[in-house]
Amino acid sequence: MSFLILEKLTKRFGTHLAVDGLSLGVEKGEFVSLLGPSGCGKTTTLQMIAGFVEPTGGAIMLEGRDLLAVKPARRGLGIVFQSYALFPHMTVAENVAFGLEMQGVAAAERTRRVGETLDLVGLAAFSGRFPRQLSGGQQQRVALARALVIRPQILLLDEPLSNLDAKLREEMQIELRQIQRTVGTTTILVTHDQAEAMALSDRIVVMNQGRAEQVGPPHEAYERPATPFVASFLGKTNILDGVTVRPEKISFAPGGLAGRVRTRIFQGNHWLYQVETTGGLVTVIRQNSGEVMPTEGDAVHLAWPSSLPHASRGEVSAQRTEGS
Amino acid sequence: MSIIAQRHDPSGPPGHLPTAWGGKGLAPYLLSLPALLLFAVVVIVPLGMTVLLSFHDWGQYKGIEPVFILKNWREVLTDSYYLEMFWRTFRIALFVTVLTALFGAPEAYILNRMKSPWRGIFLLVILGPLLISVVARTLGWALLFGGNSGLVNKALTSMGLISAPLPFMFTETGMVVALAHVLMPYMVLAVWAALQRLDPQIENAAVALGAGQFTVLRRIVLPQVMPGILSGAIIVFALAASAFATPAIIGGRRLKVAATLAYDEFLNTLNWPLGAAVAVLLLVALVVIAVGASRLVERRYAQVFG
Repeated sequence: MSFLILEKLTKRFGTHLAVDGLSLGVEKGEFVSLLGPSGCGKTTTLQMIAGFVEPTGGAIMLEGRDLLAVKPARRGLGIVFQSYALFPHMTVAENVAFGLEMQGVAAAERTRRVGETLDLVGLAAFSGRFPRQLSGGQQQRVALARALVIRPQILLLDEPLSNLDAKLREEMQIELRQIQRTVGTTTILVTHDQAEAMALSDRIVVMNQGRAEQVGPPHEAYERPATPFVASFLGKTNILDGVTVRPEKISFAPGGLAGRVRTRIFQGNHWLYQVETTGGLVTVIRQNSGEVMPTEGDAVHLAWPSSLPHASRGEVSAQRTEGS
Repeated sequence: MSIIAQRHDPSGPPGHLPTAWGGKGLAPYLLSLPALLLFAVVVIVPLGMTVLLSFHDWGQYKGIEPVFILKNWREVLTDSYYLEMFWRTFRIALFVTVLTALFGAPEAYILNRMKSPWRGIFLLVILGPLLISVVARTLGWALLFGGNSGLVNKALTSMGLISAPLPFMFTETGMVVALAHVLMPYMVLAVWAALQRLDPQIENAAVALGAGQFTVLRRIVLPQVMPGILSGAIIVFALAASAFATPAIIGGRRLKVAATLAYDEFLNTLNWPLGAAVAVLLLVALVVIAVGASRLVERRYAQVFG
């Protein structure tokens, strides 16, 4: 039996079904991402696990116990909020110590564990500062330390990196992954950023309109999307003859689907092409290996491996959909 | 084209303000001059005249004599009659402030958590006292609690809950209650403004860390709205200490406060210089208290909230 089990979890707001019978098992120590566009029910799911939102139906079991019967304050989960929700009137150390204080941990032990956790997130030197004296990335680490110090059974991350700029976000992704590996806490991440979900997770739950469209390892969900929605949400994709083909799988060949290069964009390590074919626009990504590449207006032929795993949903014509 | 340009700008480089305005530096002052003049005429000049007046002499038969003496100030600062009145004024203001904080802060918290349309309805209820004339509102209190014929007193007596009517008119308690009633909105609005700056997730964050509802309020919400409570308290204290109509109706001439005392000196005794000394002293005391308190608040919370 899984460590955390969501069983037919449902939440209805008025007539709107925010979460529609979601079932999911999470193993101990696993890093699972709930990925989807805004309004897909991922945050509502997280809030039901945290206890801030009461489910309309279904069950949540943690180690076989009914989690819904436990008050939010007694669930012992670590949560990192999108806004961090740090206590502005407390220093970094006081923020981190708050959860331990609530658990009745003795002062000496508290100081030791706060120091340990601040070391883990690399903020030992900032323990006396107030949150507003820290940068966004540092505040994010304080929020993480505050959630981890209570040794939570589950760490819940609600879009924790979305307020950081792109470069810092990438750094924090790597760091978050390392910290999670170090402490081994079962983690559930809510995000709309497919790159973030793929970079961090053991498994991804792609959600759409309150339902899980696909649950699986990032690589599998990317290579074998179960539905056209998953295919389009996880990266760019082409649907050719009802088959989803990733842009990087298509190559220029002597024969194959004929077309003409409409635009060519240089992106450093690769070229991004849009090729007009009889079946519509096709996106092609080619590695920048230093070779001479077709330019705009060139007539080309496109080929792709026919044995690619696919998800057919009866699309007949070629179309290009771009993921976010 | 060039003629027009020349006519408008005969000497200086383009972009310069016309010299009639005295250059860039003076323009802002000139533009705010009308407002400054109005302020000077209706505030500074009368205030200065009141201060001067407080140093003049007065006699029953000779009237006001424009001399410079310290008689009025000595009287106001040493006579126990006046000291008692000032002490009463600030005691009442302090009780009113504490009362509005005790009721107003929770009121604001509840209001903040309400959903529309209830929030709008109850905001109106809270602002209600401000919309009613101070005289009508205070007479309402008098009708409820005034003597034997007061509605509440009559009801309580007939139910056998009290043997004598609750004293309200001509008591400090009555003044405190009536003033707290009308000044409550200032406290509620000040605290509400502070609550709206709160991160909506912050209470959830504390709950997730194991804090109970009371702990969340005491350790997380209260410290963050404290600047709001304190700024509300400064407003309420100043308004309560300088209030005139409510103390005049409820306290009458038996229980005078600084404002009603100044009024009596001006219009009944006709001792304007003494009234001026009382008014100026009240103003100075209030300014010192308000500025001191807000300095304290700023210094205490600058680091945290900025």
